[in-house]
Amino acid sequence: MNAPLLQVDDVSRRFGGLAAVSNVSFEVGRGEIVGLIGPNGAGKSTLFNLIAGALPPSSGRILFEGEDVTALAAPDRCRRGIGRTFQVVKSFDSMSVLDNVVVGALVRHPHAAAARRKAAEVLDFAGLAPRAASPAGDLTPPEKRRLEVARALATEPKLLLLDEVMTGLTPAEAQKGVELVRKVRETGVTVLMVEHVMEIVMPLVDRAFVLHLGRELAHGKPADVAADPGVISAYLGDRRRAS
Amino acid sequence: MASQALSAPLAATTAAHDGRRRRELIAFAILLAAFAVLPHLVKDVYAQNVIVLTLMYAALSQSWNILGGYCGQISLGHALYFGTGAYATSLLYTKFGVIPWFGMIVGGVIAAAIALVLGYQLFRLAGHYFAIATIVIAEAGLLLVHNWDWAGAATGIQWPFVPDSWLTFQFGRDKLPYIYFALGLFAATWLVTFAIEGSRWGYWWRAVKDNADAAESLGVKIFKSKMAAAAVSAFFTAVGGAFYACFVQYIDPDSVMAFKFSLLMALPAVLGGIGTLWGPVVGAVILIPLMETTSSYLGGTGRGIDLIVYGLLVMVVALARPEGIVSLFSRRKAPKA
Ligand SMILES: Nc1ncnc2c1ncn2[C@@H]1O[C@H](COP(=O)(O)OP(=O)(O)OP(=O)(O)O)[C@@H](O)[C@H]1O
Ligand SMILES: [Mg+2]
Repeated sequence: MNAPLLQVDDVSRRFGGLAAVSNVSFEVGRGEIVGLIGPNGAGKSTLFNLIAGALPPSSGRILFEGEDVTALAAPDRCRRGIGRTFQVVKSFDSMSVLDNVVVGALVRHPHAAAARRKAAEVLDFAGLAPRAASPAGDLTPPEKRRLEVARALATEPKLLLLDEVMTGLTPAEAQKGVELVRKVRETGVTVLMVEHVMEIVMPLVDRAFVLHLGRELAHGKPADVAADPGVISAYLGDRRRAS
Repeated sequence: MASQALSAPLAATTAAHDGRRRRELIAFAILLAAFAVLPHLVKDVYAQNVIVLTLMYAALSQSWNILGGYCGQISLGHALYFGTGAYATSLLYTKFGVIPWFGMIVGGVIAAAIALVLGYQLFRLAGHYFAIATIVIAEAGLLLVHNWDWAGAATGIQWPFVPDSWLTFQFGRDKLPYIYFALGLFAATWLVTFAIEGSRWGYWWRAVKDNADAAESLGVKIFKSKMAAAAVSAFFTAVGGAFYACFVQYIDPDSVMAFKFSLLMALPAVLGGIGTLWGPVVGAVILIPLMETTSSYLGGTGRGIDLIVYGLLVMVVALARPEGIVSLFSRRKAPKA
């Protein structure tokens, strides 16, 4: 019972000749907010897909609450308590915003009425109440990202995987996003998040894990990671110079 | 998150949802009453025949819509299930004396079983490949029955002539019993769809249709969802086929399993509004009387021309209003493409 919430154990994933993720190992403890960072194509989203069960790993294991879940498909991992968002939003566009979230709530509330109630509470929590009745297809891009988070939260996850939910937001919107992530953690949910904007991710996370070309480059406290010479040259340096 | 009070917009949305469901049931009751009275006002045998067919296709299209509209698995081979119901009932009755009421259920169960076996193979296929595979398999089924001597092969099965009776569901001239049965079948399919819309299956199926990856990440089992939709859809389609056999009292492979029937089950839903509660019945009420009148105007050769007429009609709707005719009446504006 004292096992970390998530253990990624020597996981690799190849696409043909391309090694998208190579021998990655790390852990996420209960109640943490952990940042997963790295330049474009580093393998962050692929790693999320491996953890959430959207893709099988080429080798290695995923353990959740100490149990090997590598063989479980995505819906079963959701049932265990792994929730996720997608970097490229995947909303149910023909359904209303509320109905989108109901789909998530049904995992723990098989009766539709109870699921609707749960979904309504989550929408209030996520600040999407005014849009509840709109078709999801009508939302603005920032609202769609919020809907992704709300939908995943409705599954009542123990671990929430957030893939670039702040990308494309204005600084003010991003600040609201940061507040939402903090609020989520306060409800007892552990968060693993991919984010590009260092100014957002570094103050928010307890620890950071850096991927580069599919391999671990560094991990540790945000300040230490940001000061790591390897990270600076591979990633932060590029960004600083670019901006 | 304990059960705290909802914010005003969400309380309003929830209340609106419940109100809409109640209004739909009321509208349904009115529609049923209207159809129950109609044959007492329209006594012409030919017109009553059209009423039977309209209600039957409303029920069939409602069944098709469960798999094609809600779950997004476009089948163009539902004639296979229609034929299964018609043949199961006819064979059980003419060969073993089993009353059609029982044959209908048997046919429905066999069709659901076939749908599960086919689904096991076909649901691995994406989009268009699925639709094409359903056509091919239904055509193969048609060919099989054509060569099945015990089932009458190409000659088909003639039901024996018996006195009017509810037990055998045979009525020589009286159309009323058929109208009421078709109305009952439509009511059953509508109510099942209504119940599905309000249950987890309805949410799951629409989620599978809209985005399978996202659905999986939210705990939805895609394959199981599609299988369930296919079985329910096939069951009611076969009951419709069984009814048709009772109604026409003579079937042959082409009169119940031709590709035309697969189209005629899909078109009302597409025309009226695919994946909606009211689309199939609205589509059937427009399409079937139109089709019946054009084919009689065009005489014996009408078969090909009426196909062209409603094919064009559906194309016009698809271009002008992809959400179907019912979207004209919904207050919510159509989602942008
Ligand atoms: N389904 C796939 N098939 C083939 N190659 C893939 C697939 N998914 C990802 N890749 C490749 O794997 C590598 C890692 O991609 P991934 O999306 O995981 O990176 P990322 O760190 O999330 O990048 P970004 O910051 O751009 O989102 C890239 O080279 C990408 O092209
Ligand atoms: Mg990515």
